[in-house]
Amino acid sequence: MTASSLTAQRRAAWRSYRDQLAASTARTLRRRKLVSRIMIALTFVAALIAILPLLLILWHLLREGASSVGWNFFTHMPKPAGESGGGMANAIVGTGIVVAIASAIGLPIGIFAGLYLAEQRTARLATAVRFLSDVLNGLPSIVLGIFAWGLLVRPFKHFSALAGGMALAAMMIPLVTRATEEMIRLVPVSMREAALALGYTKWRTSLSIVLRTALPGIVTGVLLAVARIAGETAPLIFTALGNPYWSVSLNQPISALPTQIYNYATAPYDDWHAQAWAGALVLLGIVLVISVAARFATRSRAGLGGD
Amino acid sequence: MTAAPAEDLRALEVLAVEGLDAYFGAARVVRDLSFTVQSGQVTAISGPAGCGKSSLLRCLNRMHETVPGARVEGEVRFQGKDIYASNVSAIGVRRHIGMVFQLPTPFTTMSIRDNVAAGLKILPRSERPSRRETDDVVERALRRAALWDEVQDRLGANATALSGGQQQRLCVARALATSPTVLLLDEPTASLDPISTQRIEELVYELRSEVTIIIVTHNMQQAARISDRTAFMLGGELVEYAPTNLLFTRPRDSRTDAYVTGRFG
Repeated sequence: MTASSLTAQRRAAWRSYRDQLAASTARTLRRRKLVSRIMIALTFVAALIAILPLLLILWHLLREGASSVGWNFFTHMPKPAGESGGGMANAIVGTGIVVAIASAIGLPIGIFAGLYLAEQRTARLATAVRFLSDVLNGLPSIVLGIFAWGLLVRPFKHFSALAGGMALAAMMIPLVTRATEEMIRLVPVSMREAALALGYTKWRTSLSIVLRTALPGIVTGVLLAVARIAGETAPLIFTALGNPYWSVSLNQPISALPTQIYNYATAPYDDWHAQAWAGALVLLGIVLVISVAARFATRSRAGLGGD
Repeated sequence: MTAAPAEDLRALEVLAVEGLDAYFGAARVVRDLSFTVQSGQVTAISGPAGCGKSSLLRCLNRMHETVPGARVEGEVRFQGKDIYASNVSAIGVRRHIGMVFQLPTPFTTMSIRDNVAAGLKILPRSERPSRRETDDVVERALRRAALWDEVQDRLGANATALSGGQQQRLCVARALATSPTVLLLDEPTASLDPISTQRIEELVYELRSEVTIIIVTHNMQQAARISDRTAFMLGGELVEYAPTNLLFTRPRDSRTDAYVTGRFG
């Protein structure tokens, strides 16, 4: 065999290898692109399904409840069974009062507890408190409700707005505590040191520098906690009970949107069912507004904006 | 020329460190260190990373002890009084011995003015300046920190609107506002570009007549440019402490010689 034919053979072998390789590479690439597209489509569908419940709820509430939500719904009292129309003014005000009580108790305790956890990070008590507040966070609300009933209602032999507010505060405290702690931890140590080096005392550094800097984030956490407890039903059924009449007394049973919705939805009257849908729509609206406000608070006042 | 009387020398001594040890837990990061700092001078503390120079600096205004597990042994006499004596409060020490850190640390929630005034707000009521006086103090501090011309028309703006170099000069102004006797600078130019670095160095040079400055730097050239005396540290120990020109031209220790000539570090 001559040298030149050997070269030609080798060349031919190389070409065929190259073509095969190119073909298989193209096949592999096509297959990878296809798999990639399928996976992207699957995750997209999953994302859609994830928000589907909210969309369905919104659509359903609007269809069933929108017609009953008008000016009267916010300003009028519920009508007796059999009469149509009326509103839930008492329940809307009641929700405001109960949430206000819960915030008045829950915010200071939650924020200071969060400050403690962040500043005394490694103290044994802090570790215990952190764990227990996570447990409290995951506590089923019905359990909390029945406990609040035993502690705040049974001994006094009557339901009350105060008991409802305290039950919600118990739900709110761990939420606010953990949110506050996380936000305070984001404040750089260097800022704390700068304050100490200026002659700030420890507590003054914590309050006027660290807490101030973390404030926008804490406001967000607080608003999300408020949104969360505003819709809680179980603790209120056991404590505030609900009230068909106008009452702003802290010592009396008080109406709140969740309890009113529950009572109306389980009643046998069509008019009440319509009102329950409307109440649910209003409650959802309130929660959405607070959540949007929470996002807005984070964005607008960037205390941790860095440079 | 006759030698100055011993008393005068002692009057010039603003800080006297004696037998100082600093620990993080069991680790001893500053080892049996003694030296004195003269009033109205710029003293540089230099050495490679991890030599304990920042820890030493933080011992001088009792900042070292703010880190959990950290402790200090030995004496640091400020104007003749041991700042680690049991009847001395760390807060009072820090009001007289100011500090600027490696990274600019403006208070991000405050305006430029309020940042500079931050140290005044916490003074005891009898020493706290009025609003108008505060404005004067703020202006003076910003002028001394060579920042006034750049910020005078936006004192109410948030401090985060400033550049990194401006933020660092803001921190210098904040430290100067309370009229400290000593100013500690912990690698103040480590995070800055050459132009900003130069401005800070000029600032240090200009401030020397008003306040005693101790500056930590790992940059020997910087130490050479701005300081009157230089301390060279290695492994937590003070290798050599001498007038800067002597330390650079005729180092007595071979390790100092190796470091200043760039053979290591």
